Amino acid sequence: MMELAIPLLAATVQSGTPILYATLGEIITEKSGVLNLGVEGIMIVGALTGFVVAKISGNPALAFFAAGLAGLAASSIHGFVCLIFQGNQVVSGLALTILGTGFANYLGTSMVGQSAPGFSPMALPYLSQIPFFGPVFFQQDPLVYVTYLLPPLIWLYFFSTSHGLNLRAVGENPAAAKAAGLSVILYRWTGILAGGFLMGLGGAYLSLAYTHLWTNSMTAGRGWIAVALVIFAFWRPGRAVFGAYLFGGIMSLQLRLQASGIPLPSSLLLMLPYLLTIAVLVFSSWKKGRSEAPAALGVNMKPTD
Amino acid sequence: MLRLTITKRQEPLGWSSCLVVFGAVALSLFFSALLLGLRGTPPLEGLIVLFQGAFGSRWAIEDCLIKTIPIFLCSLGVAIAFRLQIWNIGAEGQFCLGAVGATWVALSFPSLPFWLMLPLMIAMATFAGGMWGLIPAVLRQKMRTNEIIVSLMMNYIAILILDYLVYGVWKDPTSFGFPMTQEFSDGAIVGKIGSTSVNWGLFHCIALAVIFWVFLRFTKLGYELKASGDSVRAARYAGIPYDRLVFLVMVLSGALAGWAGFLEASATINRLQPSIMVGYGYTAIVVAWLASLNPLYIGIASFLLAGLRVGVENLQLDLQVPAAFGGIMEGLVLLTVLAGGFFIHYRFELRGAKR
Repeated sequence: MMELAIPLLAATVQSGTPILYATLGEIITEKSGVLNLGVEGIMIVGALTGFVVAKISGNPALAFFAAGLAGLAASSIHGFVCLIFQGNQVVSGLALTILGTGFANYLGTSMVGQSAPGFSPMALPYLSQIPFFGPVFFQQDPLVYVTYLLPPLIWLYFFSTSHGLNLRAVGENPAAAKAAGLSVILYRWTGILAGGFLMGLGGAYLSLAYTHLWTNSMTAGRGWIAVALVIFAFWRPGRAVFGAYLFGGIMSLQLRLQASGIPLPSSLLLMLPYLLTIAVLVFSSWKKGRSEAPAALGVNMKPTD
Repeated sequence: MLRLTITKRQEPLGWSSCLVVFGAVALSLFFSALLLGLRGTPPLEGLIVLFQGAFGSRWAIEDCLIKTIPIFLCSLGVAIAFRLQIWNIGAEGQFCLGAVGATWVALSFPSLPFWLMLPLMIAMATFAGGMWGLIPAVLRQKMRTNEIIVSLMMNYIAILILDYLVYGVWKDPTSFGFPMTQEFSDGAIVGKIGSTSVNWGLFHCIALAVIFWVFLRFTKLGYELKASGDSVRAARYAGIPYDRLVFLVMVLSGALAGWAGFLEASATINRLQPSIMVGYGYTAIVVAWLASLNPLYIGIASFLLAGLRVGVENLQLDLQVPAAFGGIMEGLVLLTVLAGGFFIHYRFELRGAKR
C-alpha cells in the first residue's frame, strides 16, 4: 500500500505546486481589492519566458526569476487598464488571458516539443530520511521547497507588517484607507505586481520542473483553477496549500489511472479537475458564502474620489 | 505652476468617442506589427496580407460572412447575460453542446425530411445549449457560486464530452480512425445561398436579431430585462422576480450559442468533429464588449473580428505566421478599447495650482 501511496503523494505535491504559486499570487492581488482574471494568460507567459531563457542561458534559476519578471510585466497591463484607465476588472482580466495565451502560443509555436534545461529533484539532507514524509515532501525539486516557505511568509506579511495591514485595508475599504492618508493606487499596484510575479513563477514551474518541454497552451486551465482556489481558501495562504494539493492529487491520480489502462475513456478522466473545481466552489459557498472576500474586490477607485 | 488633474466630464463624450475607438485600434495594430517584426515577418507587408486576406476579394468576404454567423449568435447570447451583469464566459461550451445536440438528432433519425429534421435539430441544439447555460445560473442563484469560473470550467467539460463522443460511440467506422462522425444526411444540412458559399444561417442571424430587438423594445419582459440590467436593486423594488430572470437570461444566452453550434455542424462542416471548436465563444465575449452590448454594433463587430480570423488564416498561409496571432490582436483591441473608455468619461486638465 505504502509503495503505491508514496509516489502518488509525491506526484500530488509536484502537480499542486504550479497551482499553489498562482493561487498565492492571486490572493495577494485580491487582498488589495483587485480581481485579476488574467492568471491563465500570465502563467503561460511565465512558462514561455522561463523556457526560452533556460534554453538560451542554460541557467534554470535565472530562467525562473525571468519568468517572474515576465509575469510582473504581463500583470502590469491589468494595472494600467484598471488602476489608471478605470477599465472593468473582469473584462480586462479576460482580455489579458486571451492576449497572454495568444502571445505565448504565437512565439512558442516554433518550439513545440523542444526541451530546455530545468530543475531536477534534490533530496534535502536529514529531512528526506524521515519515513513517509521524507519521500513525499523532501525529495522534490528546489522550486517545491520555495512553496513551503511562501505561505507562512505571506501570512506574516498580511498580519504582522504595517505594509500588509495597509494592503488589506485598501482591499476592504479604499475610501477609509485614503482618508487615513494611504495611497490606494500604490498599494493596489503592489498587489497586482507581486501577484503577477508569483503567477509567472507558477507558469515557469510547468516548463522548467513539471516537464522540461514546451507545449502550446500547457497551462490547460490551471490559472482558472487558481482563481477558484482563492475562494476555496477563503483568501488565506494556509488553506491555499490544502486546495492546491487537492488538485495536484486529482491530476496525478488521473494520469495514473490513464496509464494503468482501466477501461474508462481518457476524456472522462481529463474532466475530473474541472468537475472538482465546480464542486470545490459549491462547497466553499455552502460553507461560508462570499463573506470572506475583500469588501472592495473588483471595484475601481475613481480618480475623482 | 501648472498641474495635470483629472476631472469627470459633465456629459460622456458623444460622437467623438469614435475617435477613441480608432485610436485604440491604431495602437493595437502598432503593437501587433511590432510582434510580427519580433518573429521576423515584415510588419507592414504582414498587415497588408492580413487586410487583403480578410476583405480583399469576393471569396474572402464570403468567408468572413460564414465566420460572422457563429460569432454573432454567440455574442448576442453573451450580451444578453452581460446586460444583467451575469458574466457568462461559457458560450464556447454552450456552442459545443448545441453542436452535440444537433448531431444527436442528425445521427439518430437520418431519414427524416429536411422540414422536420432542421427544426428538430434546432430544438435539440438550443435545448442542450440552454441547459448548459442554466447550470451556472442555478448554482449562482441557489449556491452563490461564481458564475465566471463555473461557466468557464463547463467549457472544458463540454469539449471533453465532444471528444468522448467523436472518439467513441459516434465515430464514423469509415473515417480511417479520424475522430469524426459520419457526414450528415442531406436533410440535416443547411444549404448555401444561391451560388455563394455563404449558408442560410445568415438569415437565421438577421431573424434572431430582429426578434431580439422587438423583444427588448416592445415586450414587458424585455423592458424588465433592460430595467434590471441597469440596476439589480431597482428590479427588486419593482417586484421583478430576479432569480427567474437570471435563469431565463442564461437559458436564452446558452440557446443562442447552441444555435450557432447547430449551424456550424450542419452548414459549415456537415458533421461533428473536434476541429469545430475554434474559440468562437471567446471571440464572442470580445465582440459583445467592443459593441457595448448593442445588437447592431454586435453585427458590425462580429463581421470585423470574423475578418480578423480570415485575415490571420491568410497570414498563416502566405507568411507562416502562427494562428495564435489572432488571439493577440483580439486581446490587444479589447484592452486598448477598455482603457480608451476612460477618455469618454474623464478628461485631463492643465490648471494653475492654487497657492
